[in-house]
Amino acid sequence: MANNNSESRQAYWQANLKLVAILLAIWFFISYVCGILLVDQLNAIKIGGYKLGFWFAQQGSMYGFVALIFVYARLMGKLDREHGVQD
Amino acid sequence: MELQTLTFIVVGITFAIYIGIAFWAKASSTSDFYVAGGGIHPVANGMATAADWMSAASFISMAGLIAFFGYGGSVFLMGWTGGYVLLAMLLAPYLRKFGKFTVPEFIGDRYYSKAARIVAVICLIVASVTYVIGQMKGIGVAFSRFLETTYEIGLLTGMGIVFIYAVMGGMKGITYTQIAQYVILIFAYTIPAIFISVELTGNPLPQLGLGSTMVGSETYLLDKLDQVVTELGFAQYTTQARLSTLNTFVYTLSLMIGTAGLPHVIIRFFTVKKVSDARSSAGWALVFITILYTTAPAVAAMARLNLHQTIEPQKGEYLEYEKRPNWFKNWEKTGLLAFEDKNGDGKITYTADAATNEMVKVDRDIMVLANPEIARLPKWVIALVAAGGLAAALSTAAGLLLAIASAISHDLLKGVFKPDISEKNELLASRIAMAGAIVLAGYLGFRPPDFAAGTVALAFGLAASSIFPALMMGIFSKRINKEGAIAGMIAGISVTLLYVFQHKGIMFIASTSFLGDMKANWFLGIEPNAFGAIGAVVNFVVAIVVSKMTAEPPEHIQHLVEDIRVPAGAGEATGH
Repeated sequence: MANNNSESRQAYWQANLKLVAILLAIWFFISYVCGILLVDQLNAIKIGGYKLGFWFAQQGSMYGFVALIFVYARLMGKLDREHGVQD
Repeated sequence: MELQTLTFIVVGITFAIYIGIAFWAKASSTSDFYVAGGGIHPVANGMATAADWMSAASFISMAGLIAFFGYGGSVFLMGWTGGYVLLAMLLAPYLRKFGKFTVPEFIGDRYYSKAARIVAVICLIVASVTYVIGQMKGIGVAFSRFLETTYEIGLLTGMGIVFIYAVMGGMKGITYTQIAQYVILIFAYTIPAIFISVELTGNPLPQLGLGSTMVGSETYLLDKLDQVVTELGFAQYTTQARLSTLNTFVYTLSLMIGTAGLPHVIIRFFTVKKVSDARSSAGWALVFITILYTTAPAVAAMARLNLHQTIEPQKGEYLEYEKRPNWFKNWEKTGLLAFEDKNGDGKITYTADAATNEMVKVDRDIMVLANPEIARLPKWVIALVAAGGLAAALSTAAGLLLAIASAISHDLLKGVFKPDISEKNELLASRIAMAGAIVLAGYLGFRPPDFAAGTVALAFGLAASSIFPALMMGIFSKRINKEGAIAGMIAGISVTLLYVFQHKGIMFIASTSFLGDMKANWFLGIEPNAFGAIGAVVNFVVAIVVSKMTAEPPEHIQHLVEDIRVPAGAGEATGH
C-alpha cells in the first residue's frame, strides 16, 4: 500500500494542502484579525474584566494555537490512513 | 534565614538534581546522548522541548516588558506561541521524514549544494549568537541581584558558569534533565503568580484573576490598573499600542516565523520516533509553553500595579526614600534601578513626565525577579524564582552554544573544509567555538542592544529572514533551485542585518549606528526588532525570481521532495 501510484499521492498532497490552508486561516483570524487588526472594535465588548480584543491578544489566541495543532495532528493521522501512507 | 543564603541553597539543590539525573541517565543509556528524545513519549518530549525553548527572554524578561508595554507586549505572547503552529504544519513532519540531524544538512541536500549549506550555517550562527547576547543580559541581571553586586560583575560570573555548563555538554541532550528543568521552571513561575493573584483578586488561577475584580471591591483589576497608570500620565495599559498597528502586525509575524526557523527548536523534531509523533510533539510542547505564556500577562499586570502602589500607597502620597523597602535597595546596588531626588523632598515621585520623574532607571528585566519581593511573598518563593530564572537562562544558553559549536565543527569543518578531521580535533574545535561564542556574546552583553526579550526578538528576526523561507520552499516547492535558495537567504538576512545595524549599531555597538535608533528613519515606522518579517518576504521573492530564471533542480531532488511529503517509510534519523 505504501508506495502506490502517484495519482493517490497527488490526491493526498492536495488534501494536506487544503487542510493546512483552512487551519492557517483560523490561525490568522484568532491572532492577527482578533488580536491586532480588529482589537479596538472588539475591545468595546467585555468578558468579566477583560476587554475582548485584549483577551484575544494575551490569552485567547494562545489557547486557539494549542487546539489547532492537535486538530491538525488528528486529521492528518486520519488522512495518512485513508491514503495508506502512515508510518 | 538570610534571603541570599536561602537562594544559594535552593539554586544549589536544583543544580544537584539536574546533575544527578544526568549521571543516572548517562549510566543507563549512552545512545540518548545523540538521539535526544528518540523513543520518548511525545508528552515527555514536548515538556523537554518547552524547557529548551523557554529562555531568559521568556522567564526573566518578557513579563517585565509586558508590564510596561501593556497591550503592546502581546507581540511576544502571540509571536512566540503562534510560531509552533507554523512549525507543526509546515516544517516538523517533513524534516522528520527527511531524517537528518541538522538544519544545514537538510538545506545542503535539498539544494544539492555545499555553498547553500555554508550560507545556512552562517545564518544560523548569526542568529544564535544574537540570541545568546539576550540570554547573557538575563543571566547578568539574575546574578547581579543574587550576588548583590553590579550588573557587569554579575554578567562576568554568569559567563563563567555558562561555559562550565555548556562544556558539560552531554547533559543537554538528556531529556530527563530537561524535564526536571521544566518542572522547576514552571513551579518557579506559577507559584508566585498564584500567591499574588489570590492576594489581589482572591482567584487562584492567574489567567482568571487577571479578568477578575479586586478583593473587597467591585472594580476589575485591569480597570484599576488602567486608572492608576493614566493618572500618572502613562498610556492606558489595555490599549497601549506598540507604535502602529502595522508594526505590531509585522513584529508578531517576525517572531512567529523566527520560532519556526530557529535550529535548536527544529532539531528536537528530527529525533522523535515517527512523523505522526513530530506533529503531536509540537502540540505538547506548546501546551507546556502556554502554561507559562498565559500566566505571564497576569504577572505583568499585577507586578505593574504592585509597583505603583508600593511607591504611591495613597493617591498623591509618594513613599519616602528613607523608608524604601529592601528590594529597592538591593536592586539599586545592581545599577538596574536608580532614583534621583529631583525636587529634593525626600520622596519618590514616579510619573510619566521625564522632567519630574524620579525613578530615573527601572530596567524592565528586573520586574519578574523583583515581583515576589514587591508583593512581600515568603522568602522561599523568592529563592525559587531565582532558581527558575537561572534554569531557563542556562539551559537555553547552553543549548544554543552547542548548536553554534556543532555548526562550526560538524557542518563547516567536517562537512566542508576538512572532511578527514579526527573526532578528537572535531571536539576540540567545538570547545574553542563555544568559548569564542561565549566571550563574544558576553562582551556584547555589557551593552546589549535592547532588553533581554528585545535582543532575542532580533535573533528571531534574523532566523525568520534566512532559515525559515529556505526550509519551507524546500518542502512546498519543487521548483526552487540552489541558485534561488542561496540568493534568497543572502538577500533576506542582509536586508535584515543592514536594517538592524544601521539603527542599533554595527555588531550592536551603539556608537556605530549611522542612522541612529530614531523612529523618523524607520521604514514605514517598523522598528528594527520587527524587521525580520520584511526580510523573510525579500527572501521569498528573490528565491522565486532567481529560480524562475535558472534551471530546474535535477530530477532526483524532485523525487526527494515528493518523498518527504509522505510519512510512509520514515526510518531512524541518521547523519551524525
